[in-house]
Amino acid sequence: MIRIENLSKSFTLHNQGGTVIPVMAGAFLTVAPGECVGLTGQSGSGKSTLMRMVWGNYLSAGGSIHVGSTDVATAAPRQIIRLRRETLGYVSQFLRVVPRVPTVDVVAEPLLALGMPAAQARDRAMVLLARLNIPERLWSLSPTTFSGGEQQRVNIARGFAHPCPALLLDEPTASLDAANREVVLTLILEAKARGTAILGIFHDEGARAQVCDRLVDVTAFTPGLAA
Amino acid sequence: MMGLVQQVVADVPLLAVQGLTRRYGTRIGCADVSFDLYPGEVLGIVGESGSGKSTLLSCLAGHQKPDLGRIAWDGRDVLAMSETERRRLGRTDWAYVHQNPRDGLRMGVSAGGNVGERLMAVGARHYGDIRGQAADWLGRVEIATDRIDDRPSAFSGGMQQRLQIARNLVTGPRLVFMDEPTGGLDVSVQARLLDLLRGLVRDLGLSVIIVTHDLAVVRLLADRLMVMKAGRVVEQGLTDQVLDDPQHAYTQLLVSSVLQV
Repeated sequence: MIRIENLSKSFTLHNQGGTVIPVMAGAFLTVAPGECVGLTGQSGSGKSTLMRMVWGNYLSAGGSIHVGSTDVATAAPRQIIRLRRETLGYVSQFLRVVPRVPTVDVVAEPLLALGMPAAQARDRAMVLLARLNIPERLWSLSPTTFSGGEQQRVNIARGFAHPCPALLLDEPTASLDAANREVVLTLILEAKARGTAILGIFHDEGARAQVCDRLVDVTAFTPGLAA
Repeated sequence: MMGLVQQVVADVPLLAVQGLTRRYGTRIGCADVSFDLYPGEVLGIVGESGSGKSTLLSCLAGHQKPDLGRIAWDGRDVLAMSETERRRLGRTDWAYVHQNPRDGLRMGVSAGGNVGERLMAVGARHYGDIRGQAADWLGRVEIATDRIDDRPSAFSGGMQQRLQIARNLVTGPRLVFMDEPTGGLDVSVQARLLDLLRGLVRDLGLSVIIVTHDLAVVRLLADRLMVMKAGRVVEQGLTDQVLDDPQHAYTQLLVSSVLQV
């Protein structure tokens, strides 16, 4: 479902003397449907960079990133927009929303974008919010004032609203208590069971052991760090 | 898939722009601008004051005549149209939301009249229907129906801007030009307007070209982004890609200059 071949990336800092920083070279990786692959490597080795390149908000310098039939490395913006709407989900560490929009609508939005009727989309959003233990009295409020853990759970609910065939997870259990961590791990296992291909970063070793089928150390793709 | 309506990704651009150039004497307003806009897409144009983004918008909308270039709307050459045809386009398929609502509203006419006027311009004559549609649109932009007979001069800035949007959208345009629509509004009012615009874009399948200097606004509203400097497009791409991984020196400076709150 996800196939990365010979991927490379560098940053050019034009306003800092044109410094070129090579951050990735020769990255190869595949994720099959129903499989969960965890990225490992020390901080700064390029785990998040790789995730962002798959999501398409970081440009690739060379190589290819196939998600389904779309090569994100070369696709036009509107192909990536369509990919994100229909095929590829992303649970980032940060919740970015229009202020003052109710939590239930934030979670329902990916479904509305697919044309699902509003009532049905909200019902599904409410089921997820309830599973993730967001108190019902908060559903009509904007998540911008919520605690870090609550925002993260809203972000997870949004990410799982539409059952995408491919999913990126950036530290989905980072600031959660034990009970909510279990809920999230169950959601991940359910997604795998439906055939979702998952690429994730999990610092939580227990979580990693429970959901990941394989680990890939990105240090092997980091220029200057590779053995 | 779950019985969802699959949205069709159209392969024909709604608006195709090539080599658009507008000079003011020897100075460049905008130069060699090319892009395609597809149905349902929101394109953001950012850049500092004087970068040519407003000139570009007014050339696209037919308020100014470009010196060079081509604009095709739905396959038709806009610059070759007669004035009558272009005006008709401006009243039907296109809409233009000004930064200052006073430029897009008639301040001496009631709120309902402002919305109804655009309907009458495309041939609506039945008073009851016009008033009914005006009331419906005031509701959609969250203006209480009991304000329908008040003049916009009695409205707050945010309400005036929402009224201007209702006036523009009542005739069901397919493309909306917006020049700094949230400029000059309180941030809390801005948020409400952004939410309203997002809902309208999604529910009506509108295409939008929005000019702004506010990167936070385009991040939340635009699918694609075009960055202008000194009249030229220096970078364009997916909005979060341009903001998170800017390639051009100017975009890097622009993005790194934003204050974090």
